[in-house]
Formats: sequence, C-alpha cells, structure tokens
Amino acid sequence: MNINIKPTRRTLLQGGSLTVAFSLMAPALAQRAAKQDGPALPGDLKLYPKLSSWLRLEEGGKVRLLAGKVEIGQGILTAFAQLAADELDIDIKRLVIVSGDTRVVPDEGVTAGSQSVQYGGVAIQYAAAELRAHLLSRAAEKLGMDAASLKVADGTISAPGGRSVTYWDLVGGQQVEIEATGDVKPKAAAQRRYIGKPVPRVDIPAKATGALVFIQDLRPDGMLHGRVVRPPAYGAKLVSVDEAAATALPGVVKVVRDGSFIGLIAQREEQAIAAADTLRRSARWEMLKGTPTSDSVFDWLKTQPAKDIVIKDIANPAAAQAKEVVEAEFRRPYHMHATIGPSTAIATLSADGSMLVQTHTQSPFETAAAIANMLGVPKDKVQCEHKQGAGCYGHNGMDDAAADAALLARAMPGRPVRIQWSRQDEHKWEPYGSAMVVRMKAALDEKGDILDWDHEIWSTSHGTRPGGKAGNLLPAQYLEKPFPLPTPVNGGAPNYAADRNGIPLYEFPGVHVRTHFVEKFAARASSTRGLGAYANVMAIESFIDDLARRAKADPVEYRLRYLKDPRAREVLQKTAEMFGWSKWQAAPGKGRGIAFARYKNLATYTAVALEAEVDKATGTIRVKRVSSASDCGDIVSHDGVVNQIEGGVIQSLSWTLKEGVRFDETGVRSEDWTAYPILTFSEVPPIDIALIERPGLPFVGTGEASQGPTGAALANAVMDATGVRFREVPFVPSRIKAGLV
Amino acid sequence: MPKLKVNGRSHDVAAPDDAPLLFVLRNDLQLNSPKFGCGVSQCGSCTVLVDGQPVRSCVTPAGSVVGQDITTLEGLGTLEAPSRLQQAFIDEQAAQCGYCLNGMIMASQALLSRNPKPSEQDVRHALDGNLCRCGVHNRIVRAVLRASREA
Repeated sequence: MNINIKPTRRTLLQGGSLTVAFSLMAPALAQRAAKQDGPALPGDLKLYPKLSSWLRLEEGGKVRLLAGKVEIGQGILTAFAQLAADELDIDIKRLVIVSGDTRVVPDEGVTAGSQSVQYGGVAIQYAAAELRAHLLSRAAEKLGMDAASLKVADGTISAPGGRSVTYWDLVGGQQVEIEATGDVKPKAAAQRRYIGKPVPRVDIPAKATGALVFIQDLRPDGMLHGRVVRPPAYGAKLVSVDEAAATALPGVVKVVRDGSFIGLIAQREEQAIAAADTLRRSARWEMLKGTPTSDSVFDWLKTQPAKDIVIKDIANPAAAQAKEVVEAEFRRPYHMHATIGPSTAIATLSADGSMLVQTHTQSPFETAAAIANMLGVPKDKVQCEHKQGAGCYGHNGMDDAAADAALLARAMPGRPVRIQWSRQDEHKWEPYGSAMVVRMKAALDEKGDILDWDHEIWSTSHGTRPGGKAGNLLPAQYLEKPFPLPTPVNGGAPNYAADRNGIPLYEFPGVHVRTHFVEKFAARASSTRGLGAYANVMAIESFIDDLARRAKADPVEYRLRYLKDPRAREVLQKTAEMFGWSKWQAAPGKGRGIAFARYKNLATYTAVALEAEVDKATGTIRVKRVSSASDCGDIVSHDGVVNQIEGGVIQSLSWTLKEGVRFDETGVRSEDWTAYPILTFSEVPPIDIALIERPGLPFVGTGEASQGPTGAALANAVMDATGVRFREVPFVPSRIKAGLV
Repeated sequence: MPKLKVNGRSHDVAAPDDAPLLFVLRNDLQLNSPKFGCGVSQCGSCTVLVDGQPVRSCVTPAGSVVGQDITTLEGLGTLEAPSRLQQAFIDEQAAQCGYCLNGMIMASQALLSRNPKPSEQDVRHALDGNLCRCGVHNRIVRAVLRASREA
C-alpha cells in the first residue's frame, strides 16, 4: 500500500497529483467558538467544527487529511487514515496526510497522554462521516434520486439506474465549507473495511528502505550546521570563552553568544563539532553549589516546601478498630526518555522577519509561540513544521533543540541552520521523568482485609512543556536576559500528573491520596511516558501483593476481592489464564508476579504477569516470559495496539531493571549508553499480548498503559523468587545482591 | 578528498579524509538511511556494510574505506523493490519509530550473509549491540528469522 504521508520536497517535485501548493490552502484559523445547539461534537471537532479543517477534496481524486496530532512512532497516521477512509468510503490510498504544520493544520495542542485517537482520531472520523453524508445529499439532488437509494464505493456515488458522480465532480474544485453538526454517526463495526482490520503501517516501507522520512533527513538548500555548547551542569554561568579560536577554525561561519548561551554555525557538520569542542575546552563556567544529587534526591524531595494536593479522602470510621497498620515506601529515580535519535531542528529566518522551524516537537503550536516569546517577536512570525523524529516517549530535548536552532538562525538570516544534539546533549539535558517517593499505608482487619488505604506522593513536576512560554525552553534560561522557568503546576483531574493513577481502582472502604508537589527541581524534569503512573502503580501493586501475602491469599484472588469493574476483572483473569497462573510450579530462584492498572483510571485496562529468575549470588534478574491482556475499548489498529503494549512492557522492564539517572554537583553523569544502559535483545523475554475486543465502545488510549503494571509485576516476581521486597528502582544486580544478604 | 564506492557507484567526495563516513554518506551523498544516534559506536543506528562487514560509520573516517565496497540500506533494495530482508521487516511490522531500523537491517544482513540459517539466539546475539528504545526487539527477531526462512 502507498499512502502519501505529506509531500516532501521530493514527492512534490515528482508528483503530478500532489502539486496543490500550501499557500492556496486556508490556514486553519481558530474556530474555537463552541457550538451552541445540537449534540456536542466529539473530540477535537469541538475546537474546529469546519469539515475543511480536517478533510479537503483535491484534484486527481485525492483527499487531504489535516491532523494537528503528530506521528511519534506510535503509528497514529495509519490509524487516522483508517478512520478517514472508512467513513468517507474511499480507498485508503487516496489520502494525502499532512500533520503538525502550524500553517495548515488544526491546533490540537500536544500529542501526548495516549489521547490522539480519542481526540484527533474521533474528530477525523466524525468529520469524514459528515462529509460523506453531505456529498451524498448533494449527489441525490444532482441525480434526482433519494439519498437512501445511492451507493458509495471509493468516492463514486452510484444510483440504481447506473448513473454516477464522484465526490470530486460534485465539489468541482471547491471545498466543503460547512460545519459539523454531530448528527451523523460513524459506521457500525460490521460495515468497516479498515477500522479494526489489519492495515499495515503507512510509514514502515519508507523507513525500511531509507526514503526521506525523518527530520534528520531534511537538507534544505544552503543549510548550515549549528552546535550549541551546553554548560557542564544545571545553572552554570559562562564566565569566559575563547570565541576567536573557534571562529578561526575551517568552515566556521559564526560564533553566537548571548549570556551563557554559546553556539556556532559552520559549513560542514564535522567542522561544527570540532569548533564546538574548541569552544567547550576554552569555556570557564561558574557552577552552582549545594545542589541535590541522584543519591540525596529522595530525602531532598521529602524535605522541600511543597504544595499539598488531596485528590481523594474517604474516611472509614471502622479503621479505628484495625488489627494492624502496615506501611511501605517506594522510590523511583529519574528516568530518561533516552531517544535513539538525539534532538534535531532546522530554523530559517526569512527576509520578511518570519521564521520557520522544522521540528519533531509534540506541540508545534505551543512551541512556535514559546520561540516567538523567546525571540521577542509577534506569535505569527514563528511557524513550526512537524517532521518525524525518533521515538520520544514524552517531552525530551525536541523543543530545546528547536529553540537552539531559532537562536542560531536569527544570527544568520536567509540560511537554514540545522541543530543536531549530540548523544551527551540528549542524555544530560533532556527533561527526565521526575524522581518520586510514594508511601503506602493500609489498615487491616483480623482477616487481612483492607479497611483503609493511604497513598502519599512526593514529586517534582511532570510537565514543563513549552506551553507558549520561553522560560520552558532550555536555551532561553541561559540568555543574557534569561527567561525564568515558570512555576510548575501539577496537572489536575481527570488525567492528573504526579498523582496519575494514584487513586486505586480497587474499592476500599477508606481511601486517601495526596501529593506533596515540590515546585523546585533537583534535575530537569517533564512528561515522561505515563508521568506519575509508573511509580504509583509500582507502589500500589507491590503493596497490595504484600497485603495478599499477609492475608495468605492468592494475589489474583485478593485483588479480585476489591476489583468491582467487570472489565478490570476480565483483564486480570485473562492475564492469569494466559500466564498459567493456577498451574504454575514454584522452583528455587524462580518467581511469578502479576499486576494490574487502568491507565489514568479512564483509558486502557492492562494486566501483566511474568516469570523471573534471580541469581542470588550475583543479584542478576532474568525475565523469562511475559503475558499481558488489555482492554482498550474499540480498536482502530489491533497490531498497532499490540505493538504499543509490547513496547511499553519492554521499556518498563528496562526502566525497572537497569535505569536511573546519576547526577551530582559536577553535572549529569549518565552521559551515554554505557553510563545509562538500556535493555538489549538478549535480555528481552518472549511476550504474549492479548486484546479483549470491544467493538462499539469508545476508543481509549493505549500508549502508556503497560508501563506501571510491568514494573510492578517484575517487583512481585522478584519478591516471590527471593522473599525480599525491593522498593527502589532500578533493580540492578548490586542492589539485589545487597538486599539478599 | 576520498573517492568512495557506495552501493556500486563511485563518488568523488569533497570532504576531508578524517570526516566521519556517516556525515559523508548523509550530508555529501544525501543518503538517508545511516542514522546519527550516538557518534561513539554504542547504538548501531549508523551501521553500513564495508566489504560485507557491519561497520559503525559514525567512528569510521571516510578516508579509511577508500576502494572498499560500501553498502547502505539503499543498496539492499528500494521502496518499490525492497530486498527480502527489508520486506520481512515490513511484513512483521517490525518498527515503531523506525529510527534504529537501518542498523537493525544492516546488522541482520551481515548476520544472514555469514549464517543464512541463524537460530533465534544467534539473531539476538548478533543484534545485542544495536539499541532499540521503542521495544520492537521481538518483532525484529521475527523479521530476521522470516527472511532466513523465506530465502
């Protein structure tokens, strides 16, 4: 299958059918006027009710699909194509997809939080259904027939007598400028051709053959290579640097310094790297003193002034008669996104003062606004064009690299300037997933049943995305006139942030959940796959496992006592069955563990069961096999969901077994893959994923669902194998060995 | 100024001899497939074949491979006519972001050339030096075994 994913320069040059210029297209102007009557519009269609904001009929029998959500390796563009093609009754090959270009697509905010199908996909689905209905009524009029008697196949509407007209004939080069009503419902599951069917990803053939796909592959004419020299540690100030020595090197076009921001532009990439090395060697920095380290951060978190946020507080008076109260404390270190492709961006300042930033950001509109803020220019002077980068798993260096490129491009009008972060830049400067401490407490009756449940969280922010503010962009914090980092806030209901998944899905008579939200930072931090959900689910699911053990109950049976949601129960039971829970044979050094969560308590239900072997002599843990069932409601792409769940399992095993960012006063020490290793092929176990099909139910997000349950299932398997509960991640051999003595 | 033989064609490259082969392939010859991942030979994204052997192009000076046969992912097959191994990756949907795919396919190509019928363990061992962050490992292993089976 060939679906065009957005015309690159190459396809524009080759293509006969893709020649509609961007400038002819109406920019997606904000239509954020809420609809006053009729049914509420679903997803992001509420924000942009005009059908032409999403779908445009173009010459050559093409349909252009405009998406504000972007591809980050999750296969979302394929899912969008499936939804649009089905509802429009066209062959999927007719679609030309444009996503994340602020000049033409609807502003759908950030592509994050496993919400792209739920918001963007649903908007496209309903817009397509409505467009089809509109075209059908126009055809009925034209053909003088009742719309109900007409049939649509691949964009051609046919009447019983054999007369027909195509969508493109009907509109005659015009767009359908009507607003959605919300009255047209999408197709029933039985009528679908693409949704829920195995449709191969549209982007994999290009990626497997080296076609131009990634931002790294863009080479606009006249492009120069930029590098920025970052400080050795957070907050260091540049005292002096020998700019002349770097400027004198071959190929160097310009050195750009603004306060503690120092970078350069060169003709060739290796020249830029050599010049950056020269700058780095001569730079003298004033370092901050007394900053927390990766070892002290857990105590630091608990002693900082904090905002206390209570999200659940149901008292159970009977808890006063509890037989015993047990408590346990869990620690999660900073985890990196650790993308395989370090952040990249290309910025070009035009003669009219407008700047185009090509970027793999997840938030093209908000990043454009933040860059405009940093440059001190009106918002409309900066546009972002999204191009795919390597998988990001949240907010990594993407936006900071875009800001770096903008600062260098400002010094070099008319020339595209490309920024390529080094591996060290990405490892040391990306905003990590925040370290967290979670303290669990339970009041138990004489049978070991839970009377009262208390969940207390200490965390820094999980959200410092650009949000239109320069202070969230790394280089802006180091300028002569620095933009201060805005005071972070903890995202509230229903998604939550540090406290995501803090409220247990189990139904206990008393439940208390509160967060001590630390506004300061020990290390740079922002949204990382699942936000607080990983640590909270680790804590809940480790703790309930221990309570089951205390009650001498089977961990599955004990959970089911409190789990009332039938979909949750089914996912847990199905996982246990897949794993062979009831038939499992214990053996020395071997353990089994199971864990469950519904992501955000509103998205995908996922349970994970796994078997692990622990070598007590070395402390090495080997995961032998994993079984996992999920229920994510209706499914656009079965294989896409399986891929996401499985990828999450592997990434979470990597976090839990190996990962934790090390830093001290001299800076981040985890500066490459040797210092921050991740799971390798030989360490990846066989993984069996099942999905419980729910056609007709709402689509819910899947991309982050398996992170928490996987880590907890591993912790529980290690407990089962060794009799020791490990409550601090990562479970590296030295920690396990020390804990077993 | 090295003269490089890439995918069967000779190129005079206006680059210094000590420029990393990766940058020469990407920037001078405009080949997309070898990817910058770490620059220090730790991740495998930049892998190309030099006389059939997998080489990390990020730490290979361009001047050191003059006269040798350099093969990139583009040299295995095209979008219109992918190689059997490339097709196996497509058939197994063995990608999420796909950034590491170049290294995975090139390292697997080298493996299959020296061992056309590898075991699953052989494949995992051969790819241990190639990092994937999305968690597509098992699909990649299946793709390599499929290519071997269908050969």
